[in-house]
Amino acid sequence: MIRMAEIPKEEYLEKCTTACAGCTSSLTLRYVLKAAGPDTVLVVPACCTSILQGTYPNTAFSVPVYNIAFAAAAACASGMSEAFSSIGKKTNVIVYAGDGGTVDIGIQALSGALERGTDFLYICYDNEAYGNTGMQRSGATPMGARTTTTPGGKTDAKKDIDRIVAAHNIPYQATATPAYPKDLFDKVKTALATPGPSFIHVLAPCPPGWRIASDMSVAVGKMAVKTGSWVLWERKYGELSISAPSKGAMKKRAPLREYLSLQGRFKGISESVVNELEQSIEKNLARLAKEEAGEC
Amino acid sequence: MLTVATGNKAVAAAVKAAKPAVVAAYPITPQTEIVEQIAEYVTSGEMDARYIPVESEHSAMTACIGASITGVRSFTATSSHGLLYMHEMLHWAAGARLPIVMANVNRALGPGWNVWAEHSDAFSQRDTGWIQIFVGTVQEAYDTTLMAFRIAEDQGVLLPVMVNLDGFTLSHIMQSLETLDPGDYIPPLVLPHRIDTENPAGYGTLTGPADYFKFRWGMEKAMRTAPSVIRDAEEEFFRRFGRRYGPVEEYLCEDADVVVVALGTLGVEAEVAVDLLRKEGIKAGSMRIRWFRPFPDLDVAGRDLVVLDRGYSFGFGGVLSDSIRSRYPSASIYSVVAGLGGQEVTYDDIADFIRDRKMGEEYWFGVDA
Amino acid sequence: MFEIRIHSRGGQGGVTAARLLAMASFLDKKHATAAPFYGAERRGAPVVSFVRIDDQQIKIYSQIRSPNLIIVLDGSIMDSVDVLQGIQPGGTVLINSPHPVDLPNVNVLTIDLTGIALSVNLVVAGSPILNTPVLGALAKMGVITRESAEAAIRGMFTDERNVQAAEAAFKELIV
Repeated sequence: MIRMAEIPKEEYLEKCTTACAGCTSSLTLRYVLKAAGPDTVLVVPACCTSILQGTYPNTAFSVPVYNIAFAAAAACASGMSEAFSSIGKKTNVIVYAGDGGTVDIGIQALSGALERGTDFLYICYDNEAYGNTGMQRSGATPMGARTTTTPGGKTDAKKDIDRIVAAHNIPYQATATPAYPKDLFDKVKTALATPGPSFIHVLAPCPPGWRIASDMSVAVGKMAVKTGSWVLWERKYGELSISAPSKGAMKKRAPLREYLSLQGRFKGISESVVNELEQSIEKNLARLAKEEAGEC
Repeated sequence: MLTVATGNKAVAAAVKAAKPAVVAAYPITPQTEIVEQIAEYVTSGEMDARYIPVESEHSAMTACIGASITGVRSFTATSSHGLLYMHEMLHWAAGARLPIVMANVNRALGPGWNVWAEHSDAFSQRDTGWIQIFVGTVQEAYDTTLMAFRIAEDQGVLLPVMVNLDGFTLSHIMQSLETLDPGDYIPPLVLPHRIDTENPAGYGTLTGPADYFKFRWGMEKAMRTAPSVIRDAEEEFFRRFGRRYGPVEEYLCEDADVVVVALGTLGVEAEVAVDLLRKEGIKAGSMRIRWFRPFPDLDVAGRDLVVLDRGYSFGFGGVLSDSIRSRYPSASIYSVVAGLGGQEVTYDDIADFIRDRKMGEEYWFGVDA
Repeated sequence: MFEIRIHSRGGQGGVTAARLLAMASFLDKKHATAAPFYGAERRGAPVVSFVRIDDQQIKIYSQIRSPNLIIVLDGSIMDSVDVLQGIQPGGTVLINSPHPVDLPNVNVLTIDLTGIALSVNLVVAGSPILNTPVLGALAKMGVITRESAEAAIRGMFTDERNVQAAEAAFKELIV
């Protein structure tokens, strides 16, 4: 794994984004662009990142950003990637999309681009709700979380986009969170070095949406990993390996309550919903452990 | 080279000659033959293009947008519901000033399922900022598709162009086709705002009320520049290849007491009706409008017109007749709604519309009978 | 204007026959259009195609209602479809049949296109090819020239048996 000191000093997000204080999606993007370098185009559907670039004629990003309609990001990347390759350019094409634009409205275009073998990296930064419009539930919102459209807590489970993506048998797939930046950096590097489609699913704690203090978003991300709520892994050509931070967490998991109680969105969550969340964590961990051991 | 081709095959042959770098497409009746033929050209190596087999029309247009912004030529084709499914991205393509060319094979909209000719699909995209043209013959479909690239990519225009051809009636009819080598008729594409990682910029960034309208005005300025660019493209086409086209195909209009106005194949068949009526002593003429957006100047002020509409704005009127009425209030119009969902309209029927015209009124063919 | 309606079954090549006929007409320096009518496109379903031939540019897109000539590539269609519908007074019907067919008030020509196709082993996927031999019959009838018929066939097919079949049909048809 790369050492922090080796991560490039160049910044591609200028210090004038309009992101919320403590925004981990912009923290994620900071590392993504450090890994990708300047010969990169970002394709951004409607999401927080459409807004935090700043307002025309300014942009806070120093790589080209192509903003595109909500459902359209992956298809745009398909066209762009083919066009670059047709003129002999090796420019990185990276979709940077929120969870709503990925697991809900953008899933058809995503599935199509993965199936077609588009040479691109799709990053879903998952703040588990429609953050840009003020935290409405998305398919990625976990059970029990309060959003502005689930004021009593979401009653349905989080959609497992990773298993949906896995069903496309793409060359490289991973999970990450900027609370573990070296892991994130390495995974972006690997993804971009792998021909064909890559997908990285990043958990991005959102201070206003998750109702946490602005200086707590990294700590919450770490706790998500320590409780097993978020598992870091990568799958190269079908071979799964669980990443070091999650390996440790799987040996001795922190109690789920410690993750939930940090966040205002889970305030008043019932015991039965906590149990359901706990069960789904155990199921997920067991499934990943089995897959890594080659037992399924 | 002289050959026999359907309207669809003619479009595909023109696209091959225009050499786009990227074609993204999704099949839909009655357009499918276009993308099948292009896929065949790409597979056989006759065309050096990337063919992206997208999972929907929304993605077809989006992939063309993604390709076009890198500065390469792109093409797609669709019809009916496919065009409607693209709607959001049609606005995007025009707003982003991308010179994408698309063939739209005009077809009715469900329900009920109907695969035959109607213009409602194109009319419903009227205000997206696309240049729209309706063609009337197989040769014209070929020639116009070639012209479309030149017009779209003109530095004064940089707007996408939709070439409309009637479903089945033209898409599947076989006529003679003279293919040609366009040479440098279509100059290499230079997209001034193409993505360049050496010179990074934000595209479609949040744009406030103080700036947004400027981009919209830019689109309209381009639309207002388009007629002269179109005329040049048509003139140059005639000069090089010997076939002349204009924004409107007029037939015996000069001395006409009544002029039938239509789009597409109905406008071609209307000329047969005019011949028939002239033999009876009725001084009729025909105007087939080719360029629908930008809307052309018409010599109709103060004249009696029988306008055939293959699409309707519910609660208002026939789309073509309303366009003419609002632009030329002094024209007297008999609005005939005919040919919806492939309804058979013959030259005899068109002659009847003219004979039985009731100026100022509207008539739905087949309904009032 | 000379108007032709072709009755066949889906998969028998009626549309290709229309295309070949149009191409042969172009080669005769005439104008032509050929159009299939799209309804049921299932294999085996009755289908019709239309061909117009004229010395002038053809501006008519609507369907042919009063054909001068009707071609029936599959005689069994006559059991379920009124193939004579709208025929011009004095019009002609060309029927693929090994036996004479008697129809009132029209000129009937019969020719065993199926037998001709089988005799030169012109069979694809188990079905005899009818669309190239019928061109020979049409040349004999003077709808197109013999040279253009052959050139149109050679322009679309490399297998010479297609031309042989057309030649056989030309010789066999008694006008």
